[in-house]
Amino acid sequence: MNAHQQATGSAYFIDTTKKVVETHTLAVVAANQPGVLARIIGLFAGRGYNIDSLTVSETEHEKHVSRFTIVTSGTASVVAQIKAQLDRMVLVHSVEDLTVQGNFLARELAMVKVSGQGDKRVEALRLADAFRARVVDASTESFVFELTGKPDKVDQFISLMVPLGLVEVARTGVAAISRGPDAMKI
Amino acid sequence: MADSEMIMTGAEMVLKALAEHGVKHVFGYPGGAVLPIYDEFFQQDKVKHILVRHEQGATHMAEGYARSNGKCGVALATSGPGATNCVTGLMDALADSIPMVLFTGQVPTHLIGSDAFQECDTVGITRPCTKQNWLVKDVNDLARIIHEAFYVATTGRPGPVVVDIPKDVQFAKGTYTPKDGVIIKSYQPQTKPDAKAIEAAIAMIASAKKPVLYTGGGVINSGPKASKLLREFVELTGIPITSTLMGLGAYPASGKEWLGMLGMHGTYEANMAMHDCDVMINVGARFDDRITGRLDAFSPHSRKIHIDIDPSSINKVVRAHVPVIADVAAALEAMIAAWKAHKHGLDHAVLKAWKAEIQKWKDVDCLKYRQSKDVIMPQYAVQRLYELTKNRETYITTEVGQHQMWAAQFYRFEEPNRWMTSGGLGTMGYGLPAAVGVQAAHPKALVVDIAGDASVQMTMQEFSTAIQYNLPIKIMILNNHYMGMVRQWQQLLHGNRMSESYSDSLPDFVKLAEAMGGQGVHCDKPADLDSAIMKMIETPGPVIFNCEVANLANCFPMIPSGKAHNEMLLGADITDEEVGTAIDAKGKQLV
Repeated sequence: MNAHQQATGSAYFIDTTKKVVETHTLAVVAANQPGVLARIIGLFAGRGYNIDSLTVSETEHEKHVSRFTIVTSGTASVVAQIKAQLDRMVLVHSVEDLTVQGNFLARELAMVKVSGQGDKRVEALRLADAFRARVVDASTESFVFELTGKPDKVDQFISLMVPLGLVEVARTGVAAISRGPDAMKI
Repeated sequence: MADSEMIMTGAEMVLKALAEHGVKHVFGYPGGAVLPIYDEFFQQDKVKHILVRHEQGATHMAEGYARSNGKCGVALATSGPGATNCVTGLMDALADSIPMVLFTGQVPTHLIGSDAFQECDTVGITRPCTKQNWLVKDVNDLARIIHEAFYVATTGRPGPVVVDIPKDVQFAKGTYTPKDGVIIKSYQPQTKPDAKAIEAAIAMIASAKKPVLYTGGGVINSGPKASKLLREFVELTGIPITSTLMGLGAYPASGKEWLGMLGMHGTYEANMAMHDCDVMINVGARFDDRITGRLDAFSPHSRKIHIDIDPSSINKVVRAHVPVIADVAAALEAMIAAWKAHKHGLDHAVLKAWKAEIQKWKDVDCLKYRQSKDVIMPQYAVQRLYELTKNRETYITTEVGQHQMWAAQFYRFEEPNRWMTSGGLGTMGYGLPAAVGVQAAHPKALVVDIAGDASVQMTMQEFSTAIQYNLPIKIMILNNHYMGMVRQWQQLLHGNRMSESYSDSLPDFVKLAEAMGGQGVHCDKPADLDSAIMKMIETPGPVIFNCEVANLANCFPMIPSGKAHNEMLLGADITDEEVGTAIDAKGKQLV
């Protein structure tokens, strides 16, 4: 009765049923102390969880807290385990699953370098305009575009730039926040 | 206290904080990076330092100490190799949820990162095997961090922590922060159960036809009150009870409802009751793989209540229908109150039928073994040890392997905190140093390490520590000249090919004991066993008892890898062929 619902994690788990892998975006607020990033990354590495994207920065200097946005994927029970494992860490204040709450904003910033001349260069600039990417650096044979948006919008822009002379990409990873008036509890 | 009295060196702060936390014993080993702290030890007499022979021994002593008296164990080691030698003990304490604070010295802050002599990234290396760890860079943070360390180690689900202190911080002067008022905002473990969860649990139990209590180390960790409440709850409800290896003693082995230990080498009746039950009440256990056997056949017809202080244990491997996140004592207290207030309670006729069913399984007498007149059966040795020590204040530690399982099966524990064994990590070499720690905590008690000939050699040097401090531990080696459990698995899984599992070149343990300054006892005949055990007990000071046992005895009953609770191998009349074919191809891949 339990088998089909179980997480992996036991030496005796022999399961042949397929499980649906879901992607979840987690917001994690932790004390801004040395080692907290290593501990969180170590949890994912040590227990074999996926990190699709992880961003972190101090958000409130006076309270010494940092906010992590972690995009992870796994079956429902694995994701539940990830949240529980994060939440029990001594330095973690709180964990929220934005995907479960629904209705959240996820944004990432990318800087995209495109080299070339002639028609391709014109087309790159035209598409950048359509995507509301800004030109932050230009030379006679290159642009660096700055683009902010949902990850799939960034993906799409990058794939469009490939035939137009894309040479380099830097992406920040996802930062996410819930919509509406309520703030995350710390 | 005047402000000037609070100004002191980092090393002084360590000793002051230890005193403030009521620490009586520290197990440690000096070295370059902890010399300032050792200098402080020299100048005080509040905290007793016990000099070990290897830092791993210090960590296991701290564990044994903590498990036998419920306090926090404290260990101390130098930087580099001192710290790395502690890793096994830290992981062992993490796996078994044992409170321990380890202090390590570190190279001076200006040398960190320079690959200095005896430098290692201690917080990096110990991060995955601690609940939390700290590198102290400013002496003004030191006292606060030590208080936080004790708080984290001993609250919530207990565990080991490390405080890494660079040598210059030990010398530097700063302000000592008293322990009162130190809080960690991000760390507030839930200890009180949710009232609705208790209500749901009680309703589920009241509706049960075949209930069983499955208890674990969480009951012991919660303190003696939890064991008392557990006994009261069993008395009140009449529910049959089994326990994991970690939880033995929480409910007395002489108790009316006792089924024995469950799991891989648990009793037939305990495992069958788990398999056939309709309501399972897990109290402070974690559905470890040694307990569940094959998961998709684990207790298929039951609804499960899971009481655990650690939310990440809930639904980790087995789905809980009613999760109760709380300290065991708090949860049991609430359940007892709710049970008394409940109108119906269990149907006695139905419960009686369930117990009749259990009695049939008990009648199988699964721990039966073939007695011998010529050689000492290991099971018999543990039985005799129990009979000859049951009326004393006795603490038992073990190493890891067959002897550990026989000890768990045949020594009958009546009280909590009397049984110290490495459950989660399965650390060979745990028992001897753990016994030293237990004896330090209980100088007057009888402390016996039931050991194997292979395991005991892993931390043998700590016998010398016992000699130095006249800690009269008794090491009873069930010597079968094999790494018995390794050999048993080779017989089960690998066509009886006993690769490297024979203990060749064993020392003469009696002479070894004498060479180290202790006493040795030897016995190889069943008829002489009782007098040999009594000699071991009555000889003053540390003793090694080399008890030569049947070389090829195996540990049964057993749930073979990849099998379910109702597919146990029973031991008494098993043939070699049955042993050789007990595990199928899938099971062979498991551990």
